[in-house]
Amino acid sequence: MVDADFIELDNLEKVFDVRRKAGFWRREKSEVRAVDGISFTVARGEMVGYIGPNGAGKSTTIKMLTGILTPSGGRLRVAGLDPSRERTKLAQRIGVVFGQRTTLWWDLPLRDSYRLAHRMYRIPDARFAENMERCVELLDLAELLEVPVRQLSLGQRMRGDIAAALLHDPEVLYLDEPTIGLDVVSKAKVREFLRDLNAERGTTVLLTTHDLQDIEQLCKRVMVIDHGRLMYDGALTGLHEVGSGVSERMLVVDLERELPPIDLELVRVVKVEGPRQWLAFPSAASAAPIVAAIAASYPLVDLSVREPDIEAVIAKMYADRGVY
Amino acid sequence: MIRLYALVAAGGFRRHATYRVATVAGVFTNTVFGFIVAYTYIALWDQKPHLGGYDQAQALTYVWLGQGMMATVAMLGGGFEDELIERVRSGDIATDLYRPADLQLWWLAGDLGRAAFHFLVRGTMPMMLGALVFDLALPDNPFVWIAFVFSVVLGVVVSFAVRYLVALSSFWLLDGAGVAQIIGLVSLFFSGMLLPLNVFPGVLGELAKVLPWSSLLQIPADVLLGKHTGWGLVGAYAFQLGWAAVLLTVGRLLQSAATRKVVVQGG
Repeated sequence: MVDADFIELDNLEKVFDVRRKAGFWRREKSEVRAVDGISFTVARGEMVGYIGPNGAGKSTTIKMLTGILTPSGGRLRVAGLDPSRERTKLAQRIGVVFGQRTTLWWDLPLRDSYRLAHRMYRIPDARFAENMERCVELLDLAELLEVPVRQLSLGQRMRGDIAAALLHDPEVLYLDEPTIGLDVVSKAKVREFLRDLNAERGTTVLLTTHDLQDIEQLCKRVMVIDHGRLMYDGALTGLHEVGSGVSERMLVVDLERELPPIDLELVRVVKVEGPRQWLAFPSAASAAPIVAAIAASYPLVDLSVREPDIEAVIAKMYADRGVY
Repeated sequence: MIRLYALVAAGGFRRHATYRVATVAGVFTNTVFGFIVAYTYIALWDQKPHLGGYDQAQALTYVWLGQGMMATVAMLGGGFEDELIERVRSGDIATDLYRPADLQLWWLAGDLGRAAFHFLVRGTMPMMLGALVFDLALPDNPFVWIAFVFSVVLGVVVSFAVRYLVALSSFWLLDGAGVAQIIGLVSLFFSGMLLPLNVFPGVLGELAKVLPWSSLLQIPADVLLGKHTGWGLVGAYAFQLGWAAVLLTVGRLLQSAATRKVVVQGG
């Protein structure tokens, strides 16, 4: 195993058989290609974002990387191990956090889940104490240790889950939607912690998310997946260029009253709904002169500018490659 | 490794200990039912003395023991299996698979912890209340009590093994609750909870005695009542151990099939 290929996927596939009812007795069998030939490598110590719309195959990939799902085809190695064959061995070396699930002991104080991790991963006592102290301090858990998990807020529970995944010093940390449902303060805390973890300990982090800000603040490299295929692999700035070079931004204006569609250069009215109008304009153009022009000749009450989101960027990538 | 499962068992104990109101309500219910069933048995044994080979004091002991054991061996279900079924349904079970721990041992340890709590609280309280009101045939010999406790432990393991199979069935059925209910009713009858199995005549009685559920109440009760001594006691233990071994092995096979299903089909 070379550090450059710490995680290695070569033409990885996962095909699910889906049986659907088609009439009273008949069942139609069809294939769903959840992961359809993905190849990439992640070097040790990298922090990579793995993004894509719902059902794109993100979680399926993560599950294969942890060994709880066997690939249907292709090659997969994590830290030199075949995850599904050597699941228990790999478990000692990886940490996993699923944002929507918890591995903590629901009815018992948080501290008990950590005692359990201590024994389960056979962490040496000194190492355990040291890691506990560090996690408690950085994730702000001191007040929560004696609180039953079921009484924790979502953000608190997430911090608790992240600590539980790190006590055994995993070399890789998989995070599936770690900031889902968290408020701004909790999100910031989680991000800061992950950044420090990666910088100080060199933990390799693979992160799936819907939140582009997670990626912006944490990852230099991002991979976009859709329909089980890798659509983009590179720097985040590159992804923005792909998006901004071609797509439009949206200006939503609220006027004082219902008026005919605004007629202005560069602007295309997409929708009118009472006094509110949706105007598309090229991403490259500056919004300021357009806003000024509207304000000069229309009774403007309120407005907002919407950047192209990740879904729009991905849709555009598809359009460019002529997939649709 | 033993320390891990000891910790899981301790956790199982403490989880149930946190629900104090539920525990008090459980003790209350067991006591009320204990009285109802006790008076029914008195009427029955008045008509038919020495029914099933028990005198009235022994029959009443059996009643209160049954109330005490009900929660301990999770006769009607309601132990770990509801949680496991829910984890299968929600898909959380996937997160259990990447932990370096054995699934069956994990749940067994937790269930033993739960049973220990229920034995200490819901097992002893109704029995003591019953002993205040009725003449019970409780043994003086401490060794009989020790033998009884050991038989209860085996009963819990058999009960766990059955409920583990029930819970695993939810990997194939969309909802395991139906199976859990049916098995709950079967176990209520065949454990001897409604009437001692000795009372049933002919084939039904013979069948009831060889099914695994007699390990849950009938055998521990007979150990306490001094019906199994010497080699008879060894035989009773062997019966319980045998069923435990068989059912745990089947559970292990089913578990690997279920795991294979999850890792191949994604659950």
